[in-house]
Amino acid sequence: MRKHVIWSVVLIAMFVLLGYFLVTQERSGAPYPFRFGLDLVGGTELVYIADTSKVSDVGGAMQSLKEVIERRVNIFGVSEPLVQTEHAGIFSGNADERLIVELPGVKDIELAKKLIGETPILEFRLAKPEASTIASGTPVAIDDIFLPAELTGRYLAHARVEFDPNTGVALVGLEFTSEGADLFAKITRDNIGKPLAVILDGVILSAPVIQSEITGGKAQITGSFTPEEAKALVRNLNYGALPVPISLATSQTIGASLGDVALKSGMQAGIIGFFVLVLFLIIWYRLPGLIASVALVSYIILSLAVFKLIPVTLTAAGLAGFILSIGMAVDANVLIFERTKEELKRGKSISDALHEGFRRAWLSIRDSNISSIITAVVLFWLGTSAVKGFALTLGLGVLISMFTAITVSRTFLFAVAPKSESKLKRFLFSNGLHVRN
Amino acid sequence: MYVIKYRKIWFVLSGVLIALSAYTVFAYGFNLSIDFKGGTLTEVKYAERPVQAEIESKVSTLAIGRFSVRPSGDFNYIIRTKELSADEGLSLIETLNSPVVERQNSIGPTAGAELKSKAIKAIAVVVMMIVLFITFAFRKVSKPVSSWKYGLATIVALAHDVIVPTGIFVFLGHFMGVEIDLLFITGLLAILGYSVHDTIVVFDRVRENLRLNMEKNFNEDFKITVGKSVTQTFGRSINTSLTIFITLLALYLVGSPATEHFSLLLIIGIIIGTYSSIFVASPLLVTFYKLQKGPK
Repeated sequence: MRKHVIWSVVLIAMFVLLGYFLVTQERSGAPYPFRFGLDLVGGTELVYIADTSKVSDVGGAMQSLKEVIERRVNIFGVSEPLVQTEHAGIFSGNADERLIVELPGVKDIELAKKLIGETPILEFRLAKPEASTIASGTPVAIDDIFLPAELTGRYLAHARVEFDPNTGVALVGLEFTSEGADLFAKITRDNIGKPLAVILDGVILSAPVIQSEITGGKAQITGSFTPEEAKALVRNLNYGALPVPISLATSQTIGASLGDVALKSGMQAGIIGFFVLVLFLIIWYRLPGLIASVALVSYIILSLAVFKLIPVTLTAAGLAGFILSIGMAVDANVLIFERTKEELKRGKSISDALHEGFRRAWLSIRDSNISSIITAVVLFWLGTSAVKGFALTLGLGVLISMFTAITVSRTFLFAVAPKSESKLKRFLFSNGLHVRN
Repeated sequence: MYVIKYRKIWFVLSGVLIALSAYTVFAYGFNLSIDFKGGTLTEVKYAERPVQAEIESKVSTLAIGRFSVRPSGDFNYIIRTKELSADEGLSLIETLNSPVVERQNSIGPTAGAELKSKAIKAIAVVVMMIVLFITFAFRKVSKPVSSWKYGLATIVALAHDVIVPTGIFVFLGHFMGVEIDLLFITGLLAILGYSVHDTIVVFDRVRENLRLNMEKNFNEDFKITVGKSVTQTFGRSINTSLTIFITLLALYLVGSPATEHFSLLLIIGIIIGTYSSIFVASPLLVTFYKLQKGPK
């Protein structure tokens, strides 16, 4: 028993410290704030599908796509934009590569869409052997005429406006990265005498015939640019050209006021639910119920700390998952206390009954929690961000509650469990409507 | 134990519930949200809300095909249309005299279709994993009913717990415009997980009682063992559901409007799930046992 008292003190000290951590992290500028989803703080989420059918290095293309979009998003001056990729395949359950852009606070979704949509796609493509005539300015059937592009905007280091010294016409000068320069040299070396088309956003700008190998990684795009057009193109290219074409699959904008209501009412529901639950536990399960309530407080503190540290993005559904998990967290306690009551009825001492209660309830707690974890994992897989939030809070909740409802409440209960018996003590450890023992 | 003794009554009751749900689904069909069929949902807020007909006539001037307008809260309207392009989205807002845009969600038809197939797969995977898990967890219990039959009884209870809430929501969808969206699927999966949770509590007790009987060399009718197990776990089945019910009710009554239907679904699911583990899954074990023994 002394052992349990010492452990109880240690646990309480730990939870107080964690609680203190939670409070201090709520100050502005603290390194571990809560992260709220767009549906709670307002903002815009754009999900793009990337067409990677024409590139061989899908992972690399997606990585550079992410970097390009990040650079572009940063010009909006949004605080904490989030750009992430989701790969196709059996684990994600997606049929295609996706790019998710979250812009907290951006309400002008059309502007956001346009800014991202304006990102140019620059490709250098060789003609297929069978294609004979190539007219510049043709927007149609590019895939019929050209081989897939190897050299794309991904390899671009820098672009600038230049002018033809003879005609004074505006040009766009390109400088490739060292990797791009090697690729460009190889393409020009192997294909002397053939046309190399410069294609921007699916339109052929020019298709000059390769005269000789070009080393040094520099190229020029000629087209009938006005100086303004050349400038705009250079700006867009410098913010990054897209390595693969993308198309908008879904977009979502939530106004800040709607999110605010969702957050406040969600928190209110959590608080009310918690207090009613505690009331029920104490009335029905008496002293163990009180201990379970303390364990529940430790569950909430621990969960919130984990949410901050991972960090878990809290959405409206995630908040619902957390509130649901508060109810589920005491399930193990209910199973244990009911079992303890049975053992008490059989005439066991309080201490023995408690031990048996924990031991015997364990199997059903373990098995039923495993099924909840299976569900949470599948839900996470199904997930769009809203569902992922729910799955994550639910799954973490089950794991954390195994610790608080079993380990923590056992330590506390054994610390207060009396060695001697009396009517009052037996009453305190019994539960339900069966007062007589 | 009356639960086992009158099992035919529960079977008929559940059968009727399932039949009614199936009828509702076939008669009314799913009221799918844009999550699954694609489209654009625009929620706007007015300081002084104009009448619905005014909004409708304004939207119809845009010629963007079929649409629906529904009031939400005291100041808002929710307008559902086909998937709008960036410019169409802008002109819709302008046409409505530029109210405050609370949210505008757009989902392409491909993304919707993909999500639909993913949702169906997710449900199938959860059901399969859970049945495999139950069969595994009860592998040592093979007398007098083999362990896969515990799995089978669980599937029947699971199917019951998916079909009945779906029926109720299709009904609500037809008469009150409640939509089947991604959160609905999330809720169904959460119900699946929970329903098993409850069933395991009872089955675990059956497992324990069977073992105790064997140790004591005590020959007891299987029917009695199951009945005893149900009686012994009745209180905790109700109480574990009650604790969740309390928090869900709080979420439903004061929680965010975004999760209102979600929490209603979970509440219905918890009630149905608790009922099914006591009144469907456990009596089914007895029925399986009788079938195995053959008619007397």
